[in-house]
Amino acid sequence: MHHQHTISVVVENEFGVLARVSGLFSGRGFNIESLSVAPTSDESLSRITIVTSGDEAVLEQITKQLNKLVDVIKVLDFSDGSAIERELALIKVTAEDDSRAEVLRIVDIFRAKIIDVTPKSYTIEATGSPAKINAILDLLRPLGLKELVRTGAVAIGRGAKGWKG
Amino acid sequence: MKMNGARILLESLKREGVDLVFGYPGGTVINLYDELMNVREIRHILPRHEQGGTHAADGYARATGKVGVAIATSGPGATNTITGIATAYMDSIPMVIITGQVPTPLIGNDAFQEVDIIGITRPITKHSFLIRHAKDIPTIVRKAFYIARSGRPGPVLIDFPKDVQISQAEFKWPESIDIRGYKPNLEGHQKQVEKAVEMLLDARRPVMYVGGGVILANAAEELTELARTLQFPVTTTLMGLGAFPENDPLALKMLGMHGAYAANMAMTHSDLILAVGARFDDRVTGKIATFAPHAKIIHIDVDPTSIRKNVRVDLPIVGDTKDVLVKMIDCLKGQADKVTAQHAAMEAWHEDISGWKTKHPISYKQSTSVIKPQYVIQKLRELSEDDAIMATDVGQHQMWVAQFFEFHQPRTLLTSGGLGTMGFGIPSAMGAQAAYPKRQVICVCGDGGVQMNMQELATMVQHRLPVKIVILNNNFLGMVRQWQELFFDKRYSQTCLELPMDFSKIAEAYGAKGLKAEKPSEVEQVIKEGFAHNGPVIMEFTIAREEKVLPMVPAGASLNEMVLNA
Ligand SMILES: Cc1ncc(C[n+]2csc(CCOP(=O)(O)OP(=O)(O)O)c2C)c(N)n1
Repeated sequence: MHHQHTISVVVENEFGVLARVSGLFSGRGFNIESLSVAPTSDESLSRITIVTSGDEAVLEQITKQLNKLVDVIKVLDFSDGSAIERELALIKVTAEDDSRAEVLRIVDIFRAKIIDVTPKSYTIEATGSPAKINAILDLLRPLGLKELVRTGAVAIGRGAKGWKG
Repeated sequence: MKMNGARILLESLKREGVDLVFGYPGGTVINLYDELMNVREIRHILPRHEQGGTHAADGYARATGKVGVAIATSGPGATNTITGIATAYMDSIPMVIITGQVPTPLIGNDAFQEVDIIGITRPITKHSFLIRHAKDIPTIVRKAFYIARSGRPGPVLIDFPKDVQISQAEFKWPESIDIRGYKPNLEGHQKQVEKAVEMLLDARRPVMYVGGGVILANAAEELTELARTLQFPVTTTLMGLGAFPENDPLALKMLGMHGAYAANMAMTHSDLILAVGARFDDRVTGKIATFAPHAKIIHIDVDPTSIRKNVRVDLPIVGDTKDVLVKMIDCLKGQADKVTAQHAAMEAWHEDISGWKTKHPISYKQSTSVIKPQYVIQKLRELSEDDAIMATDVGQHQMWVAQFFEFHQPRTLLTSGGLGTMGFGIPSAMGAQAAYPKRQVICVCGDGGVQMNMQELATMVQHRLPVKIVILNNNFLGMVRQWQELFFDKRYSQTCLELPMDFSKIAEAYGAKGLKAEKPSEVEQVIKEGFAHNGPVIMEFTIAREEKVLPMVPAGASLNEMVLNA
């Protein structure tokens, strides 16, 4: 069964690590749906969040292969529901005459923000689960999508327990 | 004490016990080479091509079990090592490759002889390091060697910029190292081992399927003990040859595409496979869907990624194969009754196996008019020493060696199993001979592959490395020709090497000895003369041109669908 998986990879904050991780995916024909990376509170560590898809066997290989990389310290595999996922999107939409009110209403419902305004457009900042971002995009698309930038998901485990390397 | 980076690197190599390196100088390692003149403890061999040097370091590692070391300059020197690195990576050979790099401020500027060698080699190294400061060198070297030789071994690259080689720092050897992201799991889980032993004792039609991992872990002795205790038949992969003595009655010999009929039938009919340090390569399994349909599979491997990669596994045990085998042997010690009972219960199985062995032994038709390659290999075994090291190139001759040269001891076969690299034979034999100047080292090549790294004959002559090179000359790129004959209607596209060429004369040109046999009656004499000569020799044998490697499982077919003769 194919499904999406979110994997969080804690790595040494060293040059070349991202290339190793992403190279592992491309070199083995694994799919990356999204990837985001930044340092953590510990300066020597970075955290990479990867959304990938494949059947169980593929996912098992991905996790094992990631664990095998010398610079990878921890692989957290978030199976469904065990993590909170958020994504940021910057969305530029056409907003003229009647559609301006409609855009505002959608932004309000999704608790997004307008961050730039011109007589012809709004630029919106939206955060939420990737599904929520998809939902707002579905509503905005008919009004005229001019430009879209998404960060890809970041994820953190639910509950009080934290992972601090 | 302060020293320059080049000296620190060499001192670090000494600490790692390195006594021999294969390297080729150039602008970005000239400082390193200058310092080398002050370090007596490290012997240096100059190959004639960096690919040769890298394969030589690999051959040295395969034969000794130590980490092989190769040095190359930046740019073209570094890229010439690629095939050698990939070959070692595919066969999990511990190796450290040191490449020169342009000065740090020029990195990324397309400077003269600059390449991003770390980037280029990323998919074919276990890990790599770029040295930025001379003070980091001891730690990096220590980590590199540790990573190369531990867990599933492999090549590690150290990129060494020229300015760091000159800059001064204190030499401080780290007491210990800790790599937080790298903790190979070496100890087999006791409970899993016990479960496995239970399964072993329940089996009625068991097979041990043994790969190169057993040799890499120096576990051949334990493997042999376990097999003999249990009276289990043993088949090995190409890389596993030598892990179990092939003259033992339990030996099934090699399995897979060109494996023995008995080995492939045993796998197909077994009810339990104990896979030890083998990775179910597609050359071994044939068609996955019909592979060992009745068998439960226990898989021991130090690398968790090898487990369940190609086949379903009923019981995985991650750990060093030696550790796991020792635990199994211990566990069996208390169960002598069960072991005896099982010996009796396996009688029918052993009968089946000897039936398969007699029905289709690995054999060939001898000829009185033309030299059969299999005959040459048999004669080599007969006339060579028991612990002779055999290196091969890649092609038909490689498979004839695997089929007809009986291997009795680990680390006596050097062959490129994973990558299948033509050009590997001569330089890897050279590396082994440099490690063991007194042992007999033989290298069997085809007339195609021998021309891919023949230049190392010069190195062998210079360093008095008396490798016995055997060329089985069929005037073809034989293995490809065989496929064209069987599967492409004999359309021999670009596989004929017809040339009035005389390899023995090439030997003479390099200052080695050249011998030649064209008739079966000359074979024995040439081998004797070649073995008796105290220096490198080329022995060329003009062989039956269209001889095939048989039996064969066609690509994509099941293991029991063997072409026995065609
Ligand atoms: C570097 C490289 N190039 C091409 C191949 C593909 N290949 C595999 S076997 C073979 C033929 C080898 O011919 P030869 O060296 O004459 O040995 P023979 O098969 O005749 O024993 C070729 C071309 C390879 N394995 N390695």
